[in-house]
Amino acid sequence: MSAVVREPEPQEPRRNYLNSSYGIRSWLLTKDHKRIALLYLVSVTFFFFLGGLFALLIRLELLTPAGDLVQAETYNKLFTMHGVTMIFFFLIPSIPAVLGNFLIPMMIGARDLAFPRLNLLSWYVYVVGALFTLWAVVHGGVDTGWTFYTPYSTASSNAHVIATAVGIFITGFSSILTGLNFIVTIHTMRAPGMTWFRLPLFVWSHYATSLIMVLGTPVLAVTILMVFIERVLHLGIFDPALGGDPILFQHLFWFYSHPAVYIMVLPAMGVISELVTTFSRKNIFGYKFVAFASIGIAVLGFLVWGHHMFVSGQSVYAGLIFSVLSFLVAVPSAVKVFNWTATMYKGSISYRTPMLYAFGFIGLFTIGGLTGLFLATLGVDVHVHDTYFIIAHFHYIMVGGAIMGYLGGIHYWWPKISGKMYPEAWARFAALVVFVGFHLTFFPQFILGYLGMPRRYHAYPPEFQVLNVMSTAGASILGLGYIIPMIYLVWSMRYGRNAPPNPWGSTGLEWKSSSPPPTDNFEEPPVVTEDPYTYSHEEVETFG
Amino acid sequence: MASAAAPGSAAHGAAPGLQHQFESAGQQREASALGMWVFLVTEILFFGGLFLAYTIYRWQNARAFAHASLHMDIALGTANTAVLICSSLTMAMAVHSAATGRRKLLIGFLVATMLLGGAFLGIKAIEYTDHIHHHLFPGPGFHYPVPADARAAEMFFSLYFGMTGLHALHMVVGLGILTTLLVLARRGRFTPEYHTPVEISGLYWHFVDIVWIFLFPLLYLIGRHLK
Amino acid sequence: MGPSLPLFPEQASAMASRVDALYFYLLAVSGFFAVLIAILVIVFAIKYRRRSETELPRGIEGSLKLEVAWTAIPLAIAMSFFFWGAKLFFAMNIPPNDALEVYVVGKQWMWKVQHADGQREINELHVPVNRAVRLTMTSEDVIHDFFVPAFRMKKDVLPGRYTTAWFHATRPGRYHLFCAQYCGTKHSAMIGWIDVMEPADFQAWLSGGAASESLASAGAKLFQRHACNTCHRQDSLARGPNLQGLFGKPVQLADGRSVVADESYLRESILTPNAKIVAGFQPIMPTFQGLVSEEELLQLVAYVKSLSNPPPAPGLTPAPGGAAPPLVNRAAPPEKGK
Repeated sequence: MSAVVREPEPQEPRRNYLNSSYGIRSWLLTKDHKRIALLYLVSVTFFFFLGGLFALLIRLELLTPAGDLVQAETYNKLFTMHGVTMIFFFLIPSIPAVLGNFLIPMMIGARDLAFPRLNLLSWYVYVVGALFTLWAVVHGGVDTGWTFYTPYSTASSNAHVIATAVGIFITGFSSILTGLNFIVTIHTMRAPGMTWFRLPLFVWSHYATSLIMVLGTPVLAVTILMVFIERVLHLGIFDPALGGDPILFQHLFWFYSHPAVYIMVLPAMGVISELVTTFSRKNIFGYKFVAFASIGIAVLGFLVWGHHMFVSGQSVYAGLIFSVLSFLVAVPSAVKVFNWTATMYKGSISYRTPMLYAFGFIGLFTIGGLTGLFLATLGVDVHVHDTYFIIAHFHYIMVGGAIMGYLGGIHYWWPKISGKMYPEAWARFAALVVFVGFHLTFFPQFILGYLGMPRRYHAYPPEFQVLNVMSTAGASILGLGYIIPMIYLVWSMRYGRNAPPNPWGSTGLEWKSSSPPPTDNFEEPPVVTEDPYTYSHEEVETFG
Repeated sequence: MASAAAPGSAAHGAAPGLQHQFESAGQQREASALGMWVFLVTEILFFGGLFLAYTIYRWQNARAFAHASLHMDIALGTANTAVLICSSLTMAMAVHSAATGRRKLLIGFLVATMLLGGAFLGIKAIEYTDHIHHHLFPGPGFHYPVPADARAAEMFFSLYFGMTGLHALHMVVGLGILTTLLVLARRGRFTPEYHTPVEISGLYWHFVDIVWIFLFPLLYLIGRHLK
Repeated sequence: MGPSLPLFPEQASAMASRVDALYFYLLAVSGFFAVLIAILVIVFAIKYRRRSETELPRGIEGSLKLEVAWTAIPLAIAMSFFFWGAKLFFAMNIPPNDALEVYVVGKQWMWKVQHADGQREINELHVPVNRAVRLTMTSEDVIHDFFVPAFRMKKDVLPGRYTTAWFHATRPGRYHLFCAQYCGTKHSAMIGWIDVMEPADFQAWLSGGAASESLASAGAKLFQRHACNTCHRQDSLARGPNLQGLFGKPVQLADGRSVVADESYLRESILTPNAKIVAGFQPIMPTFQGLVSEEELLQLVAYVKSLSNPPPAPGLTPAPGGAAPPLVNRAAPPEKGK
């Protein structure tokens, strides 16, 4: 039987991390990882909707073949700012900085992260970087594409490249600090008995993610620094007119930006492992395989960056190497999907909202991942590179995958974070709306891409219109699907049913504590004696 | 740094400087050291991008780079290398003094390290001024005696100023850290049981030294065989 | 007639059907696995749905056999994708020897095309059907990309160097040309057409335009005008390497390296002669940076290539007489510090 910790305290504790102190200073100067997680929640939500606004304008423009809603330069700024906001200010921080920050100390039985002040600093660094970028947005935006290819970004663009570059440079350090904090915490602060192979898979995923954050982000930082130097001082590092090499920029940029996509998806995979086990009421199938798959993805993810450059003019042999490595990195992801599916076999499947998001993730990530194989295939990538096929591929993974994982996790841990239950019927409805809207938005884009519609096009040939209209219709539905949870989650903070410590009957140390937890997470440091995901009648009885 | 000036740990009883998220002083030490090592790895990747650019452009313009390197002042460069190596020695002595509880020696060695670091920056300033004077700072004012090699030479100097500039910035930050340590040491904050901030600052200082050990040959010595 | 809804691009090149075959294989395999996972998830979700709040399924520990199987099988399938894709990729990157040479200069936001015999086009490229065509491309400013969906052909066009691509059109018709690398404000307007014509029509088109001289001939004139022949000559007064028969051959450099004299090497030798000094020669060649445009560079390259070629095939002889129109573009700003 489980002997993890003593009985949790009564359902409505007087003091928890939310009410332990009041006032704006207690939030802005907090060292509590849970409060910092909420600071991040507010910030990333803001940027999510800002990025979504840009997406809405893009899709509205693309309703008609002619460029008639906005000017060409405005359109170019819209897709650039959409990419920059969504990637750097929403997707990369989202799960790690919100859910990771909140849960990792609790999941390993610690009072806080290793460096709480560094944690708060990482949020402030994020905010400062975000402000620089917002300044650029307000003053007219950037039009280089989020990829900033040289020499356009250094020599040709008329827009606020420097401000945006500085903003991203600064925000990168937020990522590095978070990753550093997680690595040290997971290594040194596990509760007694919490061996590596007793860690929840959410923690393994975040450990792998942190490796990427720590090793990859500095390369982006120095690349942006070089772009800055070139643009301000007119030095020739990447500009051929000044003796530089634009392909060098691409290598340096993608060395970070490919692993970055794993920063975005690995945490979501960690969430899914938690959701599938809880809502199948079963241990994960192949724990070690899933754990090592996370590490494998992180390591292999650093070796494949050149698959973004098959037609760039790099050598054919480089293309071969990057292609074969890209196929290798797909394998651990496939292994995870098979293991999650097998976990459901002979389980006890519940259809609560978090599980609906998990189903959505498995389906959409599988499609997105499979289309990645098309792109790793040299002969096909030549045709679909820089078309809507690519856009569809990465949105399947980043929206169909990462955002579904994020929303699933938010709903799953909402009772723990807020002490309230969200309204289940509305939540299921919203999940369905998201799923339908998503497919309608992005599936037609695979067809558009193979037909040859290039990306970043403000106007397009008329024969592409019908598919574009379908995509825009889907985007409106998808947007609605995101707005609904905003409303009911906020509503639930005031009017939601009070949450018990363990509403889902889950294993895991975070559920041993009250909802919301006390500031120090546990009354006494827990001692762990069991493997993770070991379900017994104790959990069954607490299911609410 | 997270575990530098750390008041308020009375809740955990004995150990001074123990922060409340840690179970023991040993855990805090382990975490602080690992944290600094992880940070240094990020620094390696950070400098790495510039080293990569240097490698590629030198491979493409080997001869021109070697000739451009002859414009470096080998005496000053060697002096700086010696200065930094000595400063690593004094820093290591400072850490040792902290570990053995000798406060006065700790302060002395910290001051010595800072003076040497300041000397390094001073010599660097002299070199930079000299290069600017000779129109070797890249940009509109750049002028190189061998026009056919001008483009490659300007690339060399861009990398020189970029890499040594970034390194100098890290030195300045290092001096700031040492100042903080000095203030704390004078207040008697470090004991044989608790001197983690000194240890991890030592790691940082040694790292900055090692970066210079790589920069020096790549920037100053690659043309020597031509002389 | 309602709005058109094409769902698949037409196949207009020899490569297109090969790419599509691989694509359909990928679709079939991916479709199979996607449907398999979907069915399994749906079936499990229904069959094992929670029927009572107190039910507690037994844990399954996992299965090494299954893990190995579903690692090895996807890996093997992935390798099949790799090999087929790599084979196609090689074919895409190695043009046949007898390909028709066409030169492309991209600039914000238009495509300038030069045929070997001097015909020039803007945003349009006429080619004969059933003949391999090789494009040598460069950009005057930022990175562009030459993309013809109907040929399944795409290649980035870079400033400061040449990239090449080739295709073999199999069906007459008019096909979209897109710029597929974001290049600024009018990126989506940097489009054009590829006109594939029957051989007879193509001949008619070639001779129908304004009389112009071939690229090689224009290049020969530039060679004289810039006094290249004062050093690159075949007698004892030569101070530079002999260019006769040079193109396509390996060159020994002073630093011990050996490089092949291709278009990029020629271009680099004209613009930054000190980058690669040929063994046995002094670094005395002046740079022509700022003195020749990208289009003039292509003419010089065509001229040096012609010093190695056999005489051109019949049907592509240059139109008689006429000088090339004067070119006013410059490749790069004047070198500073000179």
